[in-house]
Amino acid sequence: MPTDRGTPVLRARGLVKRFPGVRALAGVDLDLHPGRVHALVGENGAGKSTLIKVLTGVHGRDGGELELDGRPAGFATPAEAQRAGLATIYQEVDLLPLLSVARNLFLGREPRWFGLIDFPRMHREAAEALGEYGVHVDVRRPLGDLSMGARQMVALARAVSARARVVIMDEPTSSLEPREVHTLFEVIGRLRGRGIAVVYVSHRLDELYEVCDDVTVLRDGHAVHSGPLAGLERLRLIALMLGRDMSEVAREGATTFAGAHDVAGGAPALTAEALTARHRLRGVSLDIRPGEVVGLGGLLGSGRTETARAVAGDLALEEGRVAVAGLPVRGRGTAAAIRAGISLLPEDRKHEGIVPGLSVRENIALAAMPRLSRFGLVSERRVDRVVSTFMERLRIKATGPSQKVEELSGGNQQKVLLARWLALNPAVLLLDEPTRGIDVGAKAEVQRLVDELAEDGLGVLLISSDLEELVEGADRVVVLKDGAVVGELSGASVTEDALVDAIARGEASPVVRDRSDGGAGAAPEEEVER
Amino acid sequence: MSTVTERVPGPGSESSRGVPVRELLQRHGALLVLAVVLVAAGVGLDGFLTAGNLNHVAVGSAFLAILALGMTFVIVTGGIDLSVGTNFALGGVLAAWASQYGSLAALALPLAVCGAIGLLNGVLIARARLAPFITTLATMLGAWGLMLSVSDEGNTTYLVPDGAVLTSLVHGRLFGVIGYPLLLVLVLFVIGGIALSRTGWGQNVYAVGGDERSAALMGVPVARTKTAVYTVSGLCAGAAGVLNAFWLGSGVTIFGIGIELQAISAVVIGGTLLSGGYGFVSGSFVGVMLLAVIQNIINTISGLTSAFQEVVSGVFLIVVVLAQSRLSRSRPRA
Amino acid sequence: MSAASVMARVDRDRARSWLQDYGVYVGVAAIVLFNVVFTPGFVSLENFRVQAVQAAPIVVVALGMALVIATGGIDLSVGAVMALSAAFVSLYLGYGPLVSVLVALLVGAVAGAVNGTIVAVAGVQAIIVTLAMMIAGRGLALVLVPQLEGIRNPALREFGSGSVAGVPYVVWVAALMVALVLFLVRRTLFGRRLVAVGGNRRAAELSGLPVRRTLLLVYTLCGALAAVAGVMTTARLQASDPNSVGLLIELSAITAVVVGGTPLSGGRVRVAGTVAGAILMQLLVATLIKHNLPPSWTQMAQTAVIIAAVYVARERGRS
Repeated sequence: MPTDRGTPVLRARGLVKRFPGVRALAGVDLDLHPGRVHALVGENGAGKSTLIKVLTGVHGRDGGELELDGRPAGFATPAEAQRAGLATIYQEVDLLPLLSVARNLFLGREPRWFGLIDFPRMHREAAEALGEYGVHVDVRRPLGDLSMGARQMVALARAVSARARVVIMDEPTSSLEPREVHTLFEVIGRLRGRGIAVVYVSHRLDELYEVCDDVTVLRDGHAVHSGPLAGLERLRLIALMLGRDMSEVAREGATTFAGAHDVAGGAPALTAEALTARHRLRGVSLDIRPGEVVGLGGLLGSGRTETARAVAGDLALEEGRVAVAGLPVRGRGTAAAIRAGISLLPEDRKHEGIVPGLSVRENIALAAMPRLSRFGLVSERRVDRVVSTFMERLRIKATGPSQKVEELSGGNQQKVLLARWLALNPAVLLLDEPTRGIDVGAKAEVQRLVDELAEDGLGVLLISSDLEELVEGADRVVVLKDGAVVGELSGASVTEDALVDAIARGEASPVVRDRSDGGAGAAPEEEVER
Repeated sequence: MSTVTERVPGPGSESSRGVPVRELLQRHGALLVLAVVLVAAGVGLDGFLTAGNLNHVAVGSAFLAILALGMTFVIVTGGIDLSVGTNFALGGVLAAWASQYGSLAALALPLAVCGAIGLLNGVLIARARLAPFITTLATMLGAWGLMLSVSDEGNTTYLVPDGAVLTSLVHGRLFGVIGYPLLLVLVLFVIGGIALSRTGWGQNVYAVGGDERSAALMGVPVARTKTAVYTVSGLCAGAAGVLNAFWLGSGVTIFGIGIELQAISAVVIGGTLLSGGYGFVSGSFVGVMLLAVIQNIINTISGLTSAFQEVVSGVFLIVVVLAQSRLSRSRPRA
Repeated sequence: MSAASVMARVDRDRARSWLQDYGVYVGVAAIVLFNVVFTPGFVSLENFRVQAVQAAPIVVVALGMALVIATGGIDLSVGAVMALSAAFVSLYLGYGPLVSVLVALLVGAVAGAVNGTIVAVAGVQAIIVTLAMMIAGRGLALVLVPQLEGIRNPALREFGSGSVAGVPYVVWVAALMVALVLFLVRRTLFGRRLVAVGGNRRAAELSGLPVRRTLLLVYTLCGALAAVAGVMTTARLQASDPNSVGLLIELSAITAVVVGGTPLSGGRVRVAGTVAGAILMQLLVATLIKHNLPPSWTQMAQTAVIIAAVYVARERGRS
């Protein structure tokens, strides 16, 4: 697949990385050429971060080969990779906010004077070095005082020492202002001019088209496409990321959704109006009627999860109202939302869902416990009844209610969490990626369950990166981009093609992000696209 | 070419000129309080602001200062060392016992043993990854046990032989004014200050406390740095023990139990963040002096027991920690 | 990583998990067996009574500590709170023994509530908050009652040294506290909440649990239980001695909890294991003393036990 462009500075062949229970990388190839910017794209969990960490020595690899300048290479630690000329700027800025800018820049290679750090020189050199990146700050201030953009530049300046051959940027623009993005692109341009190979990870497609030369698309630990970016249609890129061409090969991921639901008229089960949170949501409104499954579409970072969290009282809002069956939710916080009848199945099963040390029984009863108690005493009989009802209904496979939830498979853990929320008998169920990371069988069961619940009259909000699931499961799909609603599909128009199109076209809608001051990124995608 | 300028005005940003007030408070708050207390006491109390009394106060808190110095390094890495109190007492007993074999032995033995206990702390925390507080709580008990077993279950108090060189040194004064212990403290603090702020090792200490994972990604030897700070803390405890033994002329077994809490208070009062990654040695010195002056005042005004001092340091500690959590929360974070 | 090494790790994990859960009972059994064989006069009613009386305050304090640790916190101030409650018993004895005991318990609860408020609301690390309380609490106790003060009160004396049905009162009280905490943990909403908060605070929040209220309550309870232990000790000693009451008991209590199978990282609580852990710590001390080993040995042995227990219970999942 990779086109011949001379010797790549870094060449990876068949990289494999396993984590307990998952194969995060299943034989990935990657060629990085000097003076070219290589985009690495893929949905959440596709293996982008793992690939970077394997390349830079954070994780060891379980298979495959790595060559630097045609010679076999491999790095046991990030420091080794750094010395070999691989500079990395990780997703979360990996610097030390309490330390001064200059110290962050020079940690480990401070200029010395008789063995002691020469601060005046360090400050002078730091100011000069940062000046090249367009950052003019007092380098003696703590790094934490700088804007995210400036911090990002410090990280970049630190990483790109004189010997850097490859610079890897993991989501560098995720927290930047448009103007800062513009500066970043200028810097990337200069790196390219110096013959450095740049790896650019981002889910913002317009940025990729502006700055990148080549692209590798990752999905489920495989590199499903690799080649020059120019000429690759935006629509096709999205299809590659979301795995649409794969479905032609195997239909094993087919959903078990039944089709349209009988949507009741009358008051919506959920009304959310103008949900606004700084940097995250910009006036998202949606409603869900009883018996309706509303899908939330959009790429990673478009505000899907934030919308669900805002509705469930888990995200502080600057503005916005939420009502259940026409009644406003009273009070703040998750407890108030739960009282009002809203249940959220969070995206991160491990960190936000299960309580690992507790039994299946306790996990199921967790949220409903107050309702299964009287005067603060838990009625074990009622808990048992609820637990056995839901274990049966959801076909949770465990040795018994007392088995620890951490010992279950991902799919069964997910069902336990669903049971936790269904035990509350909610009016609205928010499902954030309910089938991610669970096996095919459990996936089908979860999907069937969503159907059943809608038929029982629940309002369901479904968030999924799996387009097929979204299209077949939802009666209506609201499309988000950059924290705002940019489109809606309903009825017969809910098709994968239409959805891919809507996600790609989001740009054209009137509620796009404000880029007026930077001037960056707004123009070029139209030419590339058609 | 466009530029990224600092401090985009917005919520949470402070005045753009100079160092923000919160940082000044964090850095020099203790000094400010110390100045106010000194002035108030000087005006209100007779014989307080005399060279003799001040020297007395400073020399009397020399042990605490040395412990606080070691503790500063530990706390800057985000750890805590609860074993310094008994380690200090152990050092004193060992010094008094060893003084019969000469000054060198009296110096070397406590430093070796207390340093080894610090090293043990460091290895358990950095390599076996045990929680610092429980590890040092355990070795606190262990050091106590060791001290009791050395001192015949606390029944034997070893006396420093009359006329020992170190005794006269410890009680001596430079120009007849500044006690040598105070001088030693100042020298140690200068060395410690240089080590923390001017050496690569010091930068590593800050980096580990700032964020262990980031520090590792930036190439900092995290485990080695952590092991080192606990060892330094142990060595400081030993040194303080030696000083104490020659100051008192004997190895007193109960002296120093609970002093680790005062050392922690002094460090925190001096502006070092308990969460790690921020702090400085000079602040700890000011913190120690502040605690000592307050104690001196309490003793002067009334017959109040030193227990009152503990109440004050406890309340002080919590107030400072609360203020710190406020200050660090107001720090703008994206 | 090969399949064999995976299996080996699973086995090791299982062994460690078993050791963590049941090691304490093996330890108690072993030390009892050792004493039965090697310690003259160990198997006697009188000795059992002495051991039970001495273990009682450790058990009571360890119960509160277990609850706090289950939420992922720690309370270093229990010893100081014991001293404080002892001081208040002697201060308020003039109003009668009942009033003085109630005031002492209230003071303990208030001290715990202060800890809890700062931990739950201000979000300061529990170690630091309770460390400050440890300094200030004992200091305050010493300010109030500067030195050992004898207490001559027939009711308190009876409580400290009398028995009912051959079992000392203090042991009855400890048993009652065990039953109370067992009830709280097993039967109440509060008991479910505290392990959920410790097990996954984020999940607990998302499930609508009152996380802060739960934390506040746990620390308050821990303070109150420490006060109970303080009253017990005062009654038994016939004296209020703020200098030594509860000194270093936090260490014994934490050890008892950890040895008993409650991990320091929180998320579970083992009441029976904690009680066994407290008894183990007491028997360890008693055995060394009975065999004429000096107290210093006890302390060093305890150090080893703590480090071993924490090592076994340290966070799993590291390869």
